[in-house]
Amino acid sequence: MSVIFVPNDSAAVSVGADDVAAAIVARAQEQNIDIEVRRNGSRGMFWLEPLVEIEHKGTRYAFGPVLPSEVPALFAAGLAHKSPGAIDHPKALGPTEQIDYLKNQERLTFARCGLAEPLDLQAYEQLGGLAGLKLALKATPKDIVETIAASGLRGRGGAGFPAGIKWKTVADQPGSEKYICCNADEGDSGTFADRLLMEADPYCLIEGMIIAGLATGAERGLIYLRSEYPAAIAVMGKAIEKMSAAGWLGDDVGSCGRRFEIEVRRGAGAYICGEESSMLESLEGKRGEVRAKPPIPAISGLFGRPTLVNNVLTLAAVPWIMAHGAKAYAEYGQGRSKGTQAFQLGGNIARGGLVEKAFGVTIRDLIEGFGGGTASGKPFATAQLGGPLGAYVNDEMLDLPMDYEALAKAGAMLGHGGIIVFDDQVDMAQMARFAFDFCAIESCGKCTPCRIGAVRGRETLDKIIAGDNVKENLLLVEDLCELMTDGSLCAMGGLTPMPVRSAIKLFPDHFASPGADQTAPNAASAKL
Amino acid sequence: MNSIRQADFGTPASKKAAEITLTVDGFDITVVAGTSVMRAAALLDRPIPKLCATDTLEPFGSCRMCLVEIEGVKGTPASCTTPVTEGMKIVTQSPRLEKLRRGVMELYISDHPLDCLTCAANGDCELQDMAGVVGLRDVRYGMDGANHFDEASRVPVDNSNPYFQFDSTKCIACSRCIRACEEVQGTFALTMQGRGFASMISAGTSLDDFFSSECVSCGACVAVCPTATLEETAIVVHGVPTRSVETTCAYCGVGCSFEAELKGDTLVRMTPSKSGGANEGHSCVKGRFAFGYASHKDRITAPMIRQNTTDPWQPVSWDEAIGFAAKRLKAIQAEHGIAAIGGVTSSRCTNEEVYAVQKMIRAAFGNNNVDTCARVCHSPTGYGLKQTFGTSAGTQDFKSVEQTDVMVLIGANPTDGHPVFASRMKKAMRAGARLIVVDPRRIDLVRSPHIEATHHIPLMPGTNVAVMNALAHVIVTEGLVDEDFVATRCEGADFGRWRQFVAGSENSPEALAEVIGVEAETLRAAARLFARAKNGSIYYGLGVTEHSQGSTMVMAMANLAMATGNIGRPGVGINPLRGQNNVQGACDMGSFPHELPGYRHVSDAVARALFEKDWGLKLDPEPGLRIPNMFAAAIDGSFRGIFIQGEDLAQSDPNTQHVTEALAAMDCVIVQDLFLNETARFAHVFLPGTAFLEKDGTFTNAERRLNRVRPVMKEATGLSEWEIVCRLASAMGYEMSWPDAAAIMDEIARLTPSFSRVSHGRLDTEGSMQWPVNDAAPDGTPTMHVGGFVRGKGRFMLTRYVPTTERTTRRYPLILTTGRILSQYNVGAQTRRTDNVRWHEEDVLEIHPHDAELRGIASGQRLSLASRKGATTLTALISERMPQGVVYTTFHHPVSGANVVTTENSDWATNCPEYKVTAVEVRPANEPSSWQIEHEQRHPGTLAIADPAQ
Repeated sequence: MSVIFVPNDSAAVSVGADDVAAAIVARAQEQNIDIEVRRNGSRGMFWLEPLVEIEHKGTRYAFGPVLPSEVPALFAAGLAHKSPGAIDHPKALGPTEQIDYLKNQERLTFARCGLAEPLDLQAYEQLGGLAGLKLALKATPKDIVETIAASGLRGRGGAGFPAGIKWKTVADQPGSEKYICCNADEGDSGTFADRLLMEADPYCLIEGMIIAGLATGAERGLIYLRSEYPAAIAVMGKAIEKMSAAGWLGDDVGSCGRRFEIEVRRGAGAYICGEESSMLESLEGKRGEVRAKPPIPAISGLFGRPTLVNNVLTLAAVPWIMAHGAKAYAEYGQGRSKGTQAFQLGGNIARGGLVEKAFGVTIRDLIEGFGGGTASGKPFATAQLGGPLGAYVNDEMLDLPMDYEALAKAGAMLGHGGIIVFDDQVDMAQMARFAFDFCAIESCGKCTPCRIGAVRGRETLDKIIAGDNVKENLLLVEDLCELMTDGSLCAMGGLTPMPVRSAIKLFPDHFASPGADQTAPNAASAKL
Repeated sequence: MNSIRQADFGTPASKKAAEITLTVDGFDITVVAGTSVMRAAALLDRPIPKLCATDTLEPFGSCRMCLVEIEGVKGTPASCTTPVTEGMKIVTQSPRLEKLRRGVMELYISDHPLDCLTCAANGDCELQDMAGVVGLRDVRYGMDGANHFDEASRVPVDNSNPYFQFDSTKCIACSRCIRACEEVQGTFALTMQGRGFASMISAGTSLDDFFSSECVSCGACVAVCPTATLEETAIVVHGVPTRSVETTCAYCGVGCSFEAELKGDTLVRMTPSKSGGANEGHSCVKGRFAFGYASHKDRITAPMIRQNTTDPWQPVSWDEAIGFAAKRLKAIQAEHGIAAIGGVTSSRCTNEEVYAVQKMIRAAFGNNNVDTCARVCHSPTGYGLKQTFGTSAGTQDFKSVEQTDVMVLIGANPTDGHPVFASRMKKAMRAGARLIVVDPRRIDLVRSPHIEATHHIPLMPGTNVAVMNALAHVIVTEGLVDEDFVATRCEGADFGRWRQFVAGSENSPEALAEVIGVEAETLRAAARLFARAKNGSIYYGLGVTEHSQGSTMVMAMANLAMATGNIGRPGVGINPLRGQNNVQGACDMGSFPHELPGYRHVSDAVARALFEKDWGLKLDPEPGLRIPNMFAAAIDGSFRGIFIQGEDLAQSDPNTQHVTEALAAMDCVIVQDLFLNETARFAHVFLPGTAFLEKDGTFTNAERRLNRVRPVMKEATGLSEWEIVCRLASAMGYEMSWPDAAAIMDEIARLTPSFSRVSHGRLDTEGSMQWPVNDAAPDGTPTMHVGGFVRGKGRFMLTRYVPTTERTTRRYPLILTTGRILSQYNVGAQTRRTDNVRWHEEDVLEIHPHDAELRGIASGQRLSLASRKGATTLTALISERMPQGVVYTTFHHPVSGANVVTTENSDWATNCPEYKVTAVEVRPANEPSSWQIEHEQRHPGTLAIADPAQ
């Protein structure tokens, strides 16, 4: 009996994976062929989705992207009865793991993604899952915290704060009413790594949270998951049930006598709730509004109790670190950026998808090597790194290594690892305007620089685009950027100047009006 | 805005103890840990610009005006949210900070109407002040961007509240109002609607305005608003006040301090004083806004007399009125004896005024026929606490509640009756304190936003003592007694007797559950919770005292506190929530027929000698008549003249027909009041009184705190009340005079040991003090019975539960109980003459849906409420707050006639009326009761004032 894998990942489903799966089942029934279709997670090669795989003698063979209409032809070519390596079809890609895009990655956190059905706990364990937790159960909390610290793991949500320090702070607080809050409010445009992991390998996140609970003494974990991820919410909910039934969650975690429970809380569509203190407010049932610091959440977080707030990818990195040791993890990466990062390629790019790679990979490697350049085929102009609050880079910066410090030095940031590519049709004045617009739409409204500043920034960009007192208005934008950077309460307002300032700095001629239509260098500006 | 006289340090004082030294602009300052950088700088008189911060609220960090530079710290942190650390070096002003602050202000002003000169907050606006401080000269964004103030964008002003308006065009979204509603008031009525630039303050839901929302009009939001967004209507109409005088509210026993802010003699605004010991900057709708009665057109300012109560009133001179009164009183005494006249002191008046009246009665009338309205409210408190602890007063200050772990609240509804203290309770609960509510009704404190009582014991009215005995039984039989405390602090033999008594099976929760109407397990759980608390406190109101076993109940609570060791330190104690502003003071001042000032019995020759020497005459060693005795004697014909200082006996005392019959039987009824009240219908002399704004003296609140009452304006009547009393006493033949009110307090201090170190001078310079203020406690006594009880050792009293004789029958199957509502005050003489009536236009009868359905009653329907004493009609309100079998009404409107229904039953020890238990029947009715018809008919005639021409 052939086993055919068709991802049920949301991205794959959005391009027809369900229809492909149905077509395969229907065709097999028609032809009376005994097959099993398994709905695995995604391998993260989105440009190949729906990516159909067939396992043969321990090797997975890939076909993609497969249209439902192509299923009969694939069957005709021998799908389900011929050795998959021998199938001659334009969509046949050979052994999945030999595809360069995947082969050249260093998958630690995402190693299991796409291999098995997400909720198959047995498969999870067979593929190395729970090894970290089993070791953690034998370790002291102090040992776990030290392992995390020694691994060099830093917060993957964007700020890059050393996880070990945060864990130690929470662990050092007295009392047992502490919380592990997983930030799964992945709101940056162009990012999808959290979702992909939760849909493909939910137990990995749960395992990481349990280890965090053991390390810090917290007995409750919450996953703040955005409502825009209904599939991830469903998968995580079922995964928690199964882990509870298996005794890995509940009053007696892994028979160690310790308690840990997890529940999923659904966000309500506010980007700002990805900011940790707003997320805590939201978890408390309040309006998603940023809290002033201090106190830091590690000391006074959810309901005023010590709270470990970590991103999905930070927590999901933990099982590997526990299983393989801090040293093994720290061997990846460079400088103070240890381990791997999930880069998410999007925008105008030929091969969009997830690339897990050790820190230090260059932007060029990612965009050109993995991504294959622009999708349009037009020349590359810029990429925005680290989400909508990240800086733009130009082609002269493409050889920068992906490393927190190196990027910061160059005026950019890594953020949550999103990379959005633009070709030379982009109008950077519009992109600067978009930065303010995004901030105006998503600001919680608590602090003045963000609440009013974003609106005024958008209006001033409109004046610049219209050629109205450009020089003075550019000065005003710079003053506003300085104010928002220094004066905002959180990173939302504080980082909005990043894309604005980088756009103005790298592409000054896009803002060079009066007479923008004459000076703008590309076709897009004609619409002005 | 708050009064500009009050300093604002930006963030609240820290309660920590450790000291931290830092430098601000190079100057060293030492502050306690937890102090914000902003507060430290303000303490050094280096104020940092701010808008969202104010020292009555926790720091919020939203405006970003208060950015500072800190050596070694990246960026420009907000000084309000940054706590000081040892050795920290702060820079409060630099070119970078100047540019940032100006930039923030530029953003603010780009969304703010530029109508400062015609704005209601002109000269009283922090935004305006700060724009000046940061030197904003230009708004480079222009004023034509997105905004909240132009014609197309503006939301109409919300004028729904009679006392303040909400103009969102002026709003800077600082959330101070929301935070005040949450942190200070605890109502959670306000919220921020929308996000980002669309953020907008909203009262209730988007369908609500302020009036229809949960807002209780405490004024906290208005006080903290830095702009004209939330502005007193009076400021809008009159402009900003020019002078202010700190004084004390004349409503309830909380005794809030206020800044009365005026222009000339026009009182524009009352703002709560942050330095007020009782209220610490908070207020309620009555004290904050309902002061208009003082200048109401109904106010009488000229003395009046009449031969018969059927005659119209004749305005006369003071001399004529006093001469008329003295002549009548003397004639009565000549014909019927010295004891045929007496008087009643008022808990609404100052200590000095009360002292004057009781002195007049004892010295000029020559008898002890003096009583006070505490007779009908807290007389059992006096009796019960004196028996057990040795003194007649609550044991704690209000602040004590911050340190309590479990509160028992019995027969009180603080969110309506004592709202400012209720806010303290709610704050304590939000910080983790637990609450047990003993009340038939599901009052707000049982459950409201962010608070919930752990136990609610909805007892049948009249079973208080049974509840206490059941709780005590659990404590004694489950080993929860604080044996150390009892052994060292209490009389052993009395405790032994009490222990045996309450341990009896007849006092077990199981035995009493049916009588109380609450399951035994609830009673047991409540007892355990209270007894195991580190700090357990008891707060109570008239639901305790106004019963036939009122005094027993007070003693039962005292027993419980002693048995659990909850006396003599902060966070514990027995705390009566006094109804009237000066009911504590009136009692302290010797208003009872058996007690001289300071609770010394008239038969005590030593005490009497002290007064006799000072006053220069012999005093009667026999106690005089209590109010009910006066009424009975009046009907008998042996008591024929009465001086009534500021109390409306005809409306407030039980069994109205009996009261009015007594009043009508007298030859000389003298009423001293602001208004022609119900009692004045039966009066022959009306002596116009002074409003609290015209008084000079002191009020003593429920925590024994002597607060100064300062004359904000001249007496509208031309004479102070104590001076009128002096003149009457002198006309009666006893020369009585003082140069000023301070001299009266000096006399009180001279003659009353617990007041020996009190003087107006000290209160003015050092602030309020809690008695005893004497050589042992020169600065007063926030917590009583520390280390030992006033009487030496605490005394346990046996408190057998004896059911009231007022029981339900087939004819009267429901129990009526009474209470108050937030917006109205007692008989309503003041609040009915303000816009507060908009919240409570009439008294209603609350009835459980089941009881209503049985009788075919719907909400809004008129119904007859009848007891064996009388009947009235009210409008029905079906309410699930009520337990089955119990109905409830308020008594704020004379026409409601709540006391037409109540009985003459009273407390066995003190005659405090049993207002809280009356067997009644309720049925639909479509016409007023006979009493109401009669009342309406009598109305015009008895209150008419003669035309001057006649």
